[in-house]
Amino acid sequence: MSDTTAKPPALPRASRPRRYSVFAIAREAMRLHSGWQRAWASPEPRRRYKIVIVGAGGHGLATAYYLGRNHGVTDIAVLEKGWLGGGNTGRNTTIIRSNYLQDPSAAIYDKSLSLYETLSQDLNYNVMFSPRGLIMLAQTEHEVRGYKRTAHANHLQGVSTEWIEPERVKKLVPIINLAGPRYPVLGGLYQQRGGTARHDAVAWGYARACSAMGMHIIEKCEVTGIESAGGQVTQVNTTRGDIGCEKLVLVAAGHSTVLADMAGFRLPIESVALQALVSEPIKPCMDVVVMANTVHGYMSQSDKGEMVIGGGTDGSINYTQRGSWHHIEETVRALVETFPMISRLKMLRQWGGIVDMTGDRSPIMSGTPVGNIFVNCGWGTGGFKAIPGSGWAMAELVAKGEPGPLAADFGLGRFREGRFIDESVAAGVAH
Amino acid sequence: MLLLTCPHCGIAAEETEFNPGGEAHLKRHGPGASDEDFEGYLFLRHNVKGPVLERWRHSYGCGKWFLAARDSVTLQVYGTYPASLAHPSDEVGDSVRAAHPNWRTQI
Repeated sequence: MSDTTAKPPALPRASRPRRYSVFAIAREAMRLHSGWQRAWASPEPRRRYKIVIVGAGGHGLATAYYLGRNHGVTDIAVLEKGWLGGGNTGRNTTIIRSNYLQDPSAAIYDKSLSLYETLSQDLNYNVMFSPRGLIMLAQTEHEVRGYKRTAHANHLQGVSTEWIEPERVKKLVPIINLAGPRYPVLGGLYQQRGGTARHDAVAWGYARACSAMGMHIIEKCEVTGIESAGGQVTQVNTTRGDIGCEKLVLVAAGHSTVLADMAGFRLPIESVALQALVSEPIKPCMDVVVMANTVHGYMSQSDKGEMVIGGGTDGSINYTQRGSWHHIEETVRALVETFPMISRLKMLRQWGGIVDMTGDRSPIMSGTPVGNIFVNCGWGTGGFKAIPGSGWAMAELVAKGEPGPLAADFGLGRFREGRFIDESVAAGVAH
Repeated sequence: MLLLTCPHCGIAAEETEFNPGGEAHLKRHGPGASDEDFEGYLFLRHNVKGPVLERWRHSYGCGKWFLAARDSVTLQVYGTYPASLAHPSDEVGDSVRAAHPNWRTQI
C-alpha cells in the first residue's frame, strides 16, 4: 500500500476556507452567522485542465481529493451532469462494512473502512461516521456455511468480523423475530467496526476539500462527446463548452457505458435500478445495521429515527431511478416477517438509483483501450462503503498510469483472462 | 409494472408473470473462439440508454423464451417477437422507430 504524503500546494490566504471548529461556531454565533462561507466554489469551466473527472459523486470527488492530497495534482475539474452527490451517493442506504470473501475485495473495502474512521478529521467535515456494528443475517443453511467461510477468510485477511449464534443476534437486535416460518434467523456475520455515515456529507466534505485545493467542481455540466486523436483523448464536449485534458477519468456509475460509447470502447456493465425507502421517524429501537441478504432487505435506523430500508435490484436494464413495485413489495414483505413491529410503519419516501453491475459483481478500476482514459465503475449495489478506498486507489492509478496494489486486481482485463473476483457467489446476492 | 405480451401463447400479462433474461441477439462463441469473442459473448453488453432488445421468459405461463423491444428510459414496451427471429419483426421495428426515428439495432 503506497503511503505518499505529498502536501497539497498552499492557496493564497484569502481563498483558503475557514476551518470548522467549536470556535468557529462561537464566532459565528456572536455575529449572527453572517460569516459562513460557501463550502465549495462554483467556477466557470476553464478551456483546459490536466485531469478531467466525469462524475461528482463520492467516487469522483474522492479520486480528485486523493490526487491532490497524495499525489500533489490539483489542476483538476470534476464535471457533474446534475448536482453534486445527487446520483447514487445521495440515494444509497449508507451501509459501511468490509467483510468480503475475496482477498482483493477485503483489501480495498478494509482500506476504505479505515479511511472512513478518520474521514471527519481528515476533511474537517463531519461525515457522521457511526461504527454501530453490522449483522448480515443467515436465514438458510447455505448462508450459514457461506458466512462461516467468510468469517474464516476474514480472519486470514486480518479483517475483524465474527460468526454469531441466533441468541447473540437477538441480544443485539431485540426487535428481530428469530423463528419466522419462512425466514428463520440461524445466526449472523457480525462486523463490529461496520456501520453508517451521512452520505451527503461525504460528498460535501470531499467537495469542500477539493475546492480548497483549487480544483474546479462544475455542476450542471453534462458530457455530450469525447474527442480523441491517435488513441488519446484530447477534449470532452460538454453542455458548458469544450474542455481539454491530458487525462480523463470516467466515474459515472450507471452511465458508464453511455460515456464508454462516446469514447469508443465497451464495458462489461449492465445498469439496473436499485431501490430504497424510508419510514416515518420512530423512537430508537435498533442500534445496529441489519442485512438480510436472502430476501434482499437491509435496514438501519437513522439519527432522525427513520427506518432506512434498502431492497434488491430489478432484473432488467433500467435508467429511470425508480425501480419496479414488485421488488420493493417483496423486500417489505420479507422484512415485516423478520421485524414484525415495522408492519404498521408508514413509509415516507421511496426512490431508486441506477447501479452498474459487472459479471462478477466486483468493481472496475482500470485503464482503457483509449490510452489516457481511466474508468472507475461497477461498484454495483455496494459503492458507498468503498468511496474513500476507491478514491485512494484510483488516484494512484491515474497519477502513475499504473495501478497500485489495491487496484491491480480490478482491471478490465480480468474478464478476458478469467481472473474474476467472484463476490456474487461469496454473498449469494448483489451486495 | 411492465405489461408484456407473450408471442407464443398470446397472453398479455404483468411483468411478475415473466422473468428477464438479459440482452437479446448475443452472438454465441464457443470452443475455438478467440478470447476477445468469448469475453464479448459472456460479459460485454450494449446496455443502451433508450430502446433495448432483451430476452424474457414466460415463466408462470407457457414457459417459453421470447424477445422484447423495450425502452430503458421510458419503460415503454415497443413489442415482443419470437426468439426464433434473428431481428425484431417489422412491426416491432416500426414501433421503435415511431419514438426514435434514427434507431438502428446493434445486432
